[in-house]
Amino acid sequence: MSTASVPLPNWITYGLMPFLNLVVAFLISGVVVWFIGESPLDAVTLLLQGALGNGEGIGFTLYYATNFIFTGLSVAVAYHAGLFNIGSEGQAYVGGLGAALASLALDHYVPWYVTMPFAVVGAAIFGAAWALIPAWLQAKRGSHIVITTIMFNFIGAAMMVYLLVHVLIVPGKMAPETRVFLEGGQLPKLDWLIAMFGGKLGPAPFNASFLIALFMCVVVWVLIWRTKLGYEIRTLGANPTAAVYAGIPYVKTVIITMLISGGLAGMMALNPVLGASARLQVEFVGGAGFVGIAVSLMGRSHPLGIVLAAILFGVLYQGGDALSFDMPKITRDMIVVIQGLVILFAGALEYLFRPTIVRVWQRFGKA
Amino acid sequence: MENLDLISILGSTIRLSIPLIFTALAGLFTERAGVFDIGLEGKMLFSAFAAAVAAFMTGSPWLGLLAGITVSVLISLIHGFASITNRGNQIVSGVAINFLASGLTAVLGQAWFSQGGRTPPLAASARFTEIVFPYAAELRDTGFIGRFYANIISGHNILTYLAFLAVPASWWVLYRTRFGLRLRAVGENPGAVDTAGISVTFLRYRATICAGILCGCAGTYLAIAQSAGFVKDMSAGKGYIALAALIFAKWRPVPVMLACLLFGFLDAFANFMQGKSVPGIGEVPVQIFQALPYVLTCVLLAGFIGVARPPKAGGVPYVKER
Repeated sequence: MSTASVPLPNWITYGLMPFLNLVVAFLISGVVVWFIGESPLDAVTLLLQGALGNGEGIGFTLYYATNFIFTGLSVAVAYHAGLFNIGSEGQAYVGGLGAALASLALDHYVPWYVTMPFAVVGAAIFGAAWALIPAWLQAKRGSHIVITTIMFNFIGAAMMVYLLVHVLIVPGKMAPETRVFLEGGQLPKLDWLIAMFGGKLGPAPFNASFLIALFMCVVVWVLIWRTKLGYEIRTLGANPTAAVYAGIPYVKTVIITMLISGGLAGMMALNPVLGASARLQVEFVGGAGFVGIAVSLMGRSHPLGIVLAAILFGVLYQGGDALSFDMPKITRDMIVVIQGLVILFAGALEYLFRPTIVRVWQRFGKA
Repeated sequence: MENLDLISILGSTIRLSIPLIFTALAGLFTERAGVFDIGLEGKMLFSAFAAAVAAFMTGSPWLGLLAGITVSVLISLIHGFASITNRGNQIVSGVAINFLASGLTAVLGQAWFSQGGRTPPLAASARFTEIVFPYAAELRDTGFIGRFYANIISGHNILTYLAFLAVPASWWVLYRTRFGLRLRAVGENPGAVDTAGISVTFLRYRATICAGILCGCAGTYLAIAQSAGFVKDMSAGKGYIALAALIFAKWRPVPVMLACLLFGFLDAFANFMQGKSVPGIGEVPVQIFQALPYVLTCVLLAGFIGVARPPKAGGVPYVKER
């Protein structure tokens, strides 16, 4: 008998199965570490110490997590509508332009809390704009959103390099980046938050965009589960034909969903551009858009899950840095391997253990 | 523009198109069978690494090719296991493969050779080197046709000629064999194929294996024919360009080759134009040429240059009992 249609209790579907998938992903990562000739246990210890051992480590971990919360939310919102937005990377990159322009325009005149709303809106609008054409192509022309967003990642990258090399560069400088923003164009560090728990932030770039990210989590939760639009988005994701039959406008919903998704991705730029380096640089996104896919998959497209998954990936990023310092044989690329395994097992192979679990459940669980 | 420039641009067009042709043909097989293949990039990278390592260890380019193909087929089978057997999301599986390739090749490369993710440079005997056709040297200085013969027809490595053979071969397999007919059918209407008593699963697995072999050639070409070793992330988005070419060619073999040549030409032309200025316009930014393949593909997808209609069952896992 097929096991695909047997219902399972929620704690198995949303708790046990993702957990098992994660365990397998990490076990295989351990095998890779062992294969290279290092001790997986030592590696895990070093990784956790580096990520969570002191205030600075925690600051870096949460800084990375902030990026992943934004991109994770971006992927998740689109996913609820049945759209797979692979373009968060490009949308975040272009969003950086919006954020940077706001800072460049205002930092001479006003304090940061005046600049911030403009930067947030600028980043969101530019990110959303970069999602608009793929959204329109999907909604009106039926071209696959995955393909178009991939294309737009590359187009965006080429455009941003052009702008940074030819337009925004400081005259006379070699580095393709904008000038450094003054204090009025930066987001303040959250050293007081770390100090509340008795730690010291040090040079870690943990900043106010973390709070914006958490706020956006609440906004997304309200949007998806407590508004009419959210209901329409979820209906569209569950069954587009039924959604259209029920009178939900397909074109409008797809485009609005992708604009929200692109806007959230764009806001990710606040963290590195305004919060950390205080200037717009080439390649500042650094793959965070793609990590967002893993984060959203692991977090089952729920804001709470996304925050937890983002912190896990933050630990991996910061811990991976510390690890590559102490174990030179394990380079930063190990994080990319772990990401790949997590995406493979938590995403593509998510039903790997289902048949087995169903059999065990039928034998023992129901008794 | 002088003839000499045209010849050298066309020559580098061919060199830059070869990995695209192999990879786009690989995508042709899987996508025509109804399996989306975002992981082309990753397969290319994995096979480039395997080919470089094997060629370095054994000193034989043919063993390098074998290793490249073997690894690429194995990765294809993982993709198949996730997306055909487990009915997982094919795009997610492809994304995962790309991540794994980028990370694992760099980690293993660093652990084994400690050269920043590179493999050690290969000797000429461990590479596929250029084949010089008869009289090429003599004809090199005899006008346009002679130069064309010497630089464009002759003087490439064996994989280049193999790529151009793979195009009619793929066409023949897809359009003139029973396997090809069934493969195309399974991408349009797997239910009908299943009703005819043919295994959808087995057909799709065979399609992914074909793709693995072709991607293996692409990666091998990158690592041990075009360059003399593996460099971290050396596929550099070529898998995605190939995907764009595949769509641009509307999933047909001969147009795939033409699209790859076009995108290769854009790449070669961008290299040629670097630092040169066009009269009246000034220096054309190289980024325009880099973005052009993607822009063209999007314009095509928008339906402004004909309609690109993908295989109907693409991306949908087949469930037997309904």
